[in-house]
Amino acid sequence: MPEPVSPLDQAGLERAAAEAIAAAATAASLDELATQRRYWTGDQSVIVQANRAIKSLPGADRAQAGKNLGAVKARIWAAFDARRETLDALASEQRLAGEAVDVTLPAVRRPPGARHPLELMQERIADVFTAMGWTIAEGPELEAEWFNFDALNFGPDHPARQMQDTFFTNPPDRGLVLRTHTSPVQARVLLASGVPCYVAVPGKTFRTDELDATHTPVFHQVEGLAVDRHLTMAHLRGTLDHLAQAMFGGEALTRLRPSFFPFTEPSAEMDLLCFACQGKNPSCRTCGGSGWIEWGGCGMVDPHVLIACGVDPVEYQGFAFGMGIERTLMFRNGVADMHDMVEGDARFSLNWGVEI
Amino acid sequence: MLIPLPWLAEFVDLGGRDGQAVAAALVSVGLEEEAVHGSGVLGPLVAGLVLDVQPEKQKNGKTINWCQVDVGPGHGGVRGIICGAHNFQPGDKVAVALPGAVLPGPFPIASRKTYGHLSDGMICSERELGLGQDHGGIIVLAGLGLDPDIGADLIPLLHLDEQTVEINVTPDRGYCFSVRGVARELSHATGSAFHDPALITAPPPSANGFQVELQDARPIRGRAGCDRFAARVVRGCSAAGPSPDWMRRRLTQAGMRPISLAVDVTNYVMLELGQPMHAYDLAGVAEPIVVRRAQAGEHLTTLDDVDRALDPEDLLITDSPRGVAASRVLGLAGVMGGASSEVSAETRDLLLEAAHFDPVTVARTSRRHKLSSEAARRFERGVDPELPPRALQRAVDLLLKYGGGETDWAVSDAGAVSRPGPISFDPAYPERMTAVAYSADQVRRILEEIGCSVADSGGRAAIPVEAGGVAGAGEWLVTPPTWRPDLTRAIDLVEEVARIAGYDTIPSVLPQAPAGPGLSRAQRLRRSVARALADFGLVEVLSYPFTGTAVFDALGYSPDDQLRQAVELANPLDSAAPLLRTEILQTLLSVLRRNISRGLTDSGLYELGLVTEPEAGARPAPMPGTDRRPSVEELEQLYGAVPPQPRHLAGLIAGMRQPAGLWGPGRPADWADAVEAALLAGRTLQLELTVEQAVRQPFHPGRCARLLAGQVEVGYAGQLDPRVAEAFGLTGQVAAFEMNLDRLIEAAPVRRSARPVSAQPLAKEDLAFVVEESVTAGDLVEAVKLGVGAICEDVSVFDVYRGGQVPSGYKSVAVALRLRADDHTLTPPEIAAARAGAVRQAAAACGAQLRA
Repeated sequence: MPEPVSPLDQAGLERAAAEAIAAAATAASLDELATQRRYWTGDQSVIVQANRAIKSLPGADRAQAGKNLGAVKARIWAAFDARRETLDALASEQRLAGEAVDVTLPAVRRPPGARHPLELMQERIADVFTAMGWTIAEGPELEAEWFNFDALNFGPDHPARQMQDTFFTNPPDRGLVLRTHTSPVQARVLLASGVPCYVAVPGKTFRTDELDATHTPVFHQVEGLAVDRHLTMAHLRGTLDHLAQAMFGGEALTRLRPSFFPFTEPSAEMDLLCFACQGKNPSCRTCGGSGWIEWGGCGMVDPHVLIACGVDPVEYQGFAFGMGIERTLMFRNGVADMHDMVEGDARFSLNWGVEI
Repeated sequence: MLIPLPWLAEFVDLGGRDGQAVAAALVSVGLEEEAVHGSGVLGPLVAGLVLDVQPEKQKNGKTINWCQVDVGPGHGGVRGIICGAHNFQPGDKVAVALPGAVLPGPFPIASRKTYGHLSDGMICSERELGLGQDHGGIIVLAGLGLDPDIGADLIPLLHLDEQTVEINVTPDRGYCFSVRGVARELSHATGSAFHDPALITAPPPSANGFQVELQDARPIRGRAGCDRFAARVVRGCSAAGPSPDWMRRRLTQAGMRPISLAVDVTNYVMLELGQPMHAYDLAGVAEPIVVRRAQAGEHLTTLDDVDRALDPEDLLITDSPRGVAASRVLGLAGVMGGASSEVSAETRDLLLEAAHFDPVTVARTSRRHKLSSEAARRFERGVDPELPPRALQRAVDLLLKYGGGETDWAVSDAGAVSRPGPISFDPAYPERMTAVAYSADQVRRILEEIGCSVADSGGRAAIPVEAGGVAGAGEWLVTPPTWRPDLTRAIDLVEEVARIAGYDTIPSVLPQAPAGPGLSRAQRLRRSVARALADFGLVEVLSYPFTGTAVFDALGYSPDDQLRQAVELANPLDSAAPLLRTEILQTLLSVLRRNISRGLTDSGLYELGLVTEPEAGARPAPMPGTDRRPSVEELEQLYGAVPPQPRHLAGLIAGMRQPAGLWGPGRPADWADAVEAALLAGRTLQLELTVEQAVRQPFHPGRCARLLAGQVEVGYAGQLDPRVAEAFGLTGQVAAFEMNLDRLIEAAPVRRSARPVSAQPLAKEDLAFVVEESVTAGDLVEAVKLGVGAICEDVSVFDVYRGGQVPSGYKSVAVALRLRADDHTLTPPEIAAARAGAVRQAAAACGAQLRA
């Protein structure tokens, strides 16, 4: 037991305090700190005993003694509290250090999933159009011949009707085909909703092409149709430029070349300025050096189509366009072989995940 | 269409343009470039003088020649060359491809050891240089009328530097199936002067020509099958001999095989002017020629040696042997001639035909007999009806010049073609369509340039045309040229103005659509489901929607299963898969198999797509006219004829659902993964689907869940029947689900209201029941929920136990209850009452006994 110190012995109290603070500061563990704490702050400690001795002091001295002792006591208690915090922190650090793992070890317990890039591409294109106020329309894949051909000004004997490589169904007089393009939805929308009309139609289409590196019997298109008063080919061009910029970025530009489609007049093929070389590399692998990439067909809606859909072609005019989603994906994301897009190999989709 | 540039240059100034530049100019007016072809011969190809020929007999019986050929000091002087041909001798000049040259193939020439010599080049035949089919011997230059210096470059001399532009002609531009038409287009594109090769003076028709009669008992859509048939006779001509080299070369460049003078001339004139022609052996044709429709039962053996049964709609060229009019069939009009009147080696006298046939008649015959020909290709797209007499004159001139003989000046020209009528045209119409401010002068100039005649209507009475409005004061009457049958409406003229002025002049202006609603609800929800399944760890794939009965068998469908009632394709690519899928699993399984076969043994795949619902008694779709909106009834029939095609969602999970790793062994996929995915799809749409035990192919009979949204069936999920898996070459448990996504979306709440969150304390109770094996956990949970009443927050099964004190045929099912009130702390009596209610209801509904 330490020698008792009088609460009036300022120097003695200071000595005891210095010793106690040193003991707290040097305690190496929480256990040792607890022992020291009991020694320096317990019932039998110098300070507590001195505290008890105050009441036996003469009244005049009590106040001074209490003040002295209080200050010393606070310092000692603070020293132990501080040391305790330090040792506590140290202890949890040590415990956590022991729990360390190699975080580069495998952590993925659930296999990753993905959307199909062709679906993602269609959604992206749809978003470009909805942002312009257009709606997204859909139609059946097994379609009435009338919608697929007749309503679109493909007469029954028109050579273009034979050029579509159409899947027909049995019995042949049932008048059903697998749609060869998304264009029949043009007629469906005009007949159902009338004008003005601003719709985009992504979807699956079918032609009797054998699968090879650049062809597939089942493919995807996105169709655009706008019919309103005063729409012109300039608006067609503006829409295509906007879509090209949204899909390919930067200064994507389109070029129109005269062409022929039964359901548009004037008709055009639309080419995209090669985004890989901007038309500047004669040995560019993306565009073959031509500077342009064929993207789709377009034109002003033929008056025959408007008439068949009950729209007055004198009051209303509009434009339509269609482009291949597979082609878009091939150019935009460098898909070299059609097989990858249609075979359903999970690795192909996983390459992109849920964004494209 | 293949257009040799020198031929094109005869009618339009190329202005020094090479093949690429010509093709680019043609693209700007709408003729798509396919390719630019050269001869495929890269030099050095030089004239060599044969100095010596040593025949050497070979072991195989062949004799080859070891030749010494002088190719001039600039090319190494005298070279030894092996040659297998025998049609030359010392002193002849021949075509020698020297090492480094490339012949079409490509076939590179190098010095090589052969037949015991070092052959230092190659002496070439016509075929080896791509000049023709002749491979009977090598080219002796004197035979081509050439006597070049030794060592002279033969590439220009043999015209091997000529380029051919290949273009794709759209169906509206029949006139571009000719050098004439393409030359005209090039002049439009470049502004160079165009010289029309059809400006040929032909003698007028005369009464004494070869007799021709035009009949048509069955015109199609009111149009006569033949409205013009002109013919000329040439006598004493070497018709069967070869045509001149230049003609053979041009035909070859244009992709046609030279045959004989008569055939080559008709082909040459067709390529040049666009008028298909036919040459008959005059001796084999008896007057009069009658053009008529076929009769049932008639046959014809066409030039390709196929015997064809004729259809009453086929238009025929017939003649009248032994005085029986129209009794012998000579050919299918505008499609292909017959074998009997073919020009032969003995032919001296020719009857030349140039006619104008109805495009629809030719198109149908060509299609019906699956017989595509150069003639049919042109006629079905429209041929200039003014051409026949001129084309005949051109052919006669060529035949007489190169085959000798003389022509009867008698000219047959039967029929009367209708000229295109004027189109009422507002010169401001092009600007209304393109937003380009063309001047009236510019519009007129362009229309005249393409061959139209333009007259002011002079304010005459209005002429109604559908798209261009009506002619009034200030409008024009535009008469299209005879070679443009595609120009029938004002809008067609707009395209001409726009394309000749250049599409590149059209500005780019973004239209302002009215504000829209964004994606439809179904579109939005579909995306959410697709995304949720991807986040669930499945990979979206797309499969072709084609299937077959073998797949239905493999899936274990019963013979009368509705799912077998699939729509059948008339012309499937794969005869084993002619049916349109009625469920996605039918086509998704082979995709899973492909993934596994590529080593992706742990595969979770899903697909969103349409299936075709079969329906009994489908009626054919109508084909209403297109000159008006279909009537309400017609539209209903159209919509009704198309089978419903709901969007389905299906998935397959095979191998390890959770991979093995540091956390422990992997977990194989099982039925619950499929049910979890199905419930996830429902929950994404704010639907708590009900799960029922079910039996349905292609699922395991004891591990199949039927999913309901309320009372509506929305799909099935579970383990694939192992017998089905085996049939598809799959091992282990495969989880599968197939849902009708449209139905799911329809069942989803449109706008869900908020549910207040209770801050009152939770009370937990566990109960264990003994029930018969046949009682499902789902039934028991439902009963417990009902028994607990309003304070039930959740009931979940946490243990199923068999054996021990549980009698055989029974099982113990333990459930955890979470109880909570909205507005107060639950009291012990309330909790006790909830327990009692649960026990009572479980006993009543499921015969459940509370386990002690």
